[in-house]
Amino acid sequence: MSKPVFVGLDIGASRTKVAVMDADLSLIGYAVKKSGTDFGRTASVCLDISLKMAGATRSHVERAVATGYGRANVPFVTKTSKTEIGCLARGCNHFFPGALSIIDIGGQDNKIVKLDAAGRRSSFKMNRKCAAGTGAFLEEMAGRLDIPLEEMNDLARQSEEMVKLGSYCTVFSGTEVLESIRHGKKVSDIVKGIFYSVIKRVLEMDSLTDRVVMTGGVVAHNPYLVRMTEELIGREVLLPKLPQLAGAVGAALYAKAGEAAAVPQPLLRRVK
Amino acid sequence: MKAETKPSRKKIEATSLMNRIMADYFLDLDQASASGSRKVAWCTSVGPAELLRALGFAVHFPENHAAMLGATRLATDLIPEANAIGYSPDICSYLTSDLGAYLKGFTPLAKAYPGIAALPKPDVLVYNTNQCRDVQDWFAWYARELGVPCIGITSPKNVNEVTDAHVEDVTRQLEALVPVLAEISGAPLDLARLREVVALSRACTELWKQVLETATAVPAPLTFFDGTIHMGPAVVLRGTPQAVEYYRVLLAELEQRKTTREAAVAGEEYRIYWDGMPVWGRLRQHSELFAGLRASVVASTYCSSWIFPSFDAQEPLRSMAKAYLELFIVRSDAYKERYLAEMMEKFRIDGIVYHDAKTCPYNSNSRYGMPQRLEAETGLPHLVISGDLNDMRCVSDEQTKTNVEAFIEQLEEGK
Repeated sequence: MSKPVFVGLDIGASRTKVAVMDADLSLIGYAVKKSGTDFGRTASVCLDISLKMAGATRSHVERAVATGYGRANVPFVTKTSKTEIGCLARGCNHFFPGALSIIDIGGQDNKIVKLDAAGRRSSFKMNRKCAAGTGAFLEEMAGRLDIPLEEMNDLARQSEEMVKLGSYCTVFSGTEVLESIRHGKKVSDIVKGIFYSVIKRVLEMDSLTDRVVMTGGVVAHNPYLVRMTEELIGREVLLPKLPQLAGAVGAALYAKAGEAAAVPQPLLRRVK
Repeated sequence: MKAETKPSRKKIEATSLMNRIMADYFLDLDQASASGSRKVAWCTSVGPAELLRALGFAVHFPENHAAMLGATRLATDLIPEANAIGYSPDICSYLTSDLGAYLKGFTPLAKAYPGIAALPKPDVLVYNTNQCRDVQDWFAWYARELGVPCIGITSPKNVNEVTDAHVEDVTRQLEALVPVLAEISGAPLDLARLREVVALSRACTELWKQVLETATAVPAPLTFFDGTIHMGPAVVLRGTPQAVEYYRVLLAELEQRKTTREAAVAGEEYRIYWDGMPVWGRLRQHSELFAGLRASVVASTYCSSWIFPSFDAQEPLRSMAKAYLELFIVRSDAYKERYLAEMMEKFRIDGIVYHDAKTCPYNSNSRYGMPQRLEAETGLPHLVISGDLNDMRCVSDEQTKTNVEAFIEQLEEGK
């Protein structure tokens, strides 16, 4: 057997992310896939892709930790889990040691997690029940505008006169978007307004202290949203190299720290 | 880091006695209504129950009925009935579920207690707005529907210190209720009987307080979730010997458990305070969620709200007024913060969970910055969970689970 690896599986409501780290805490493999309806299968596929990238196989997995909504759906890899809040904190502390305010914009929920100077969580907030400010909101709005999700970032960048959306309800915002279309507003201006709405919904969750780092798939795919956030809060926003992987990296770090029980090898081998 | 752990909670033996006492109460109420042997009053939970009992009324508490609708997870199906006649989904879901049940001709009592077909018909509806304004609107609907009188006390709000002026005000209002209620009951108020009832309420309240305070022990023999069930007699049988007797039995059992260090939550590692209403439709899930994380919810504002130290048989009406005004929910935020800080210390709390109940602003103390202020003062972390007392449409189980797990992880890191 070659060198052992440590795996973090972040099974999110929207995307599954897997991170593979070596004993020196270097990220040596990763994968991101749409979670779909079979969390276990998607996690299994991501695990194999990321292990291949790391030049490892399942037999090299020393320990693994699961996180995210589907954290209980991968017992064939690990029965040990941490919340995505804990893993985000751990991952961001790895990249940016010291006091931090972490803004995570995910597919289904948003989080603001605060870390003290020692990197310990001092508080966290999750968005309430509605989808305002999440990736799901962007998906809904892209549908209303009949544009591909991945084009939103460039469209927002082209905006010359942002349309302001007032509501914090996704349905009401949709109506506002329709109204803007009816009034002949440019799609780019509406998209920038949608981005602005996402940021406002997130920032109203909590105050920000110390340095700010942003993570999550929405941020990873929409760098213009980060620039808008910087303008709005008046300071630089830190970004991990792979913002969508922060939670999975945190989970892998927990696995490396040895706080998790060793992965039963027969379980790993059973994975299809 | 937590691998899956199996929740472990030890059954309280006194429960069977409580179930008998509660059954007797509901059957007696039903009998009074069906036979007409006694007049029936509907009363808010911290309304003038002592006065009603002294005047010989059989007393029904709609809030207790609504909690049963919540706990049996029937409320969410009933609430839309009330919404459809103009009672908003945003107002008290006790109110809307109770009205919904009436409109559908349903009561969980009929299922729980063979022989009971319907709620006891009221001869009078008596409220105290110390709980909230919604109780008055709730009773007003029944007054119109059933054609019975609806009277009550309009309580001051946001009371910091309870002053003589406050007590005078409510005492006068109580005095004004007496002749009206006496006429309905058909008998004058017997002051000696009122003193007796108030003395029993005081005895009940003292025992209930001692029951809750057994959870100051480490490990705690009782949780908030147990408390929400065992407070039944303190709510519906205040002022009766049955309630006093019950709490003597319960207290003896819990004291014994304290002595032998029998934990309500096996392996108790974290001690949590719960502020706000229970999520009745998720009581068991929440109990198991915390227990599975070795977190014992040892104290709560809700259960402690049935402690009325001011009841005094020597000054029955005045002490009732004072007791009803000292209720947590009527008080100012400054008072509430002092109270919560004292509770944190007394119960050796590691962290506080605020339940922000969508339809109950009066019992949701997380909306005006209190958690942040209290955390700054005590250094104890807080968590706010969104939910509701009865309307499970407002509850996201996965969000609650993640929030609670992350909160316990945070406490773990801080230890």
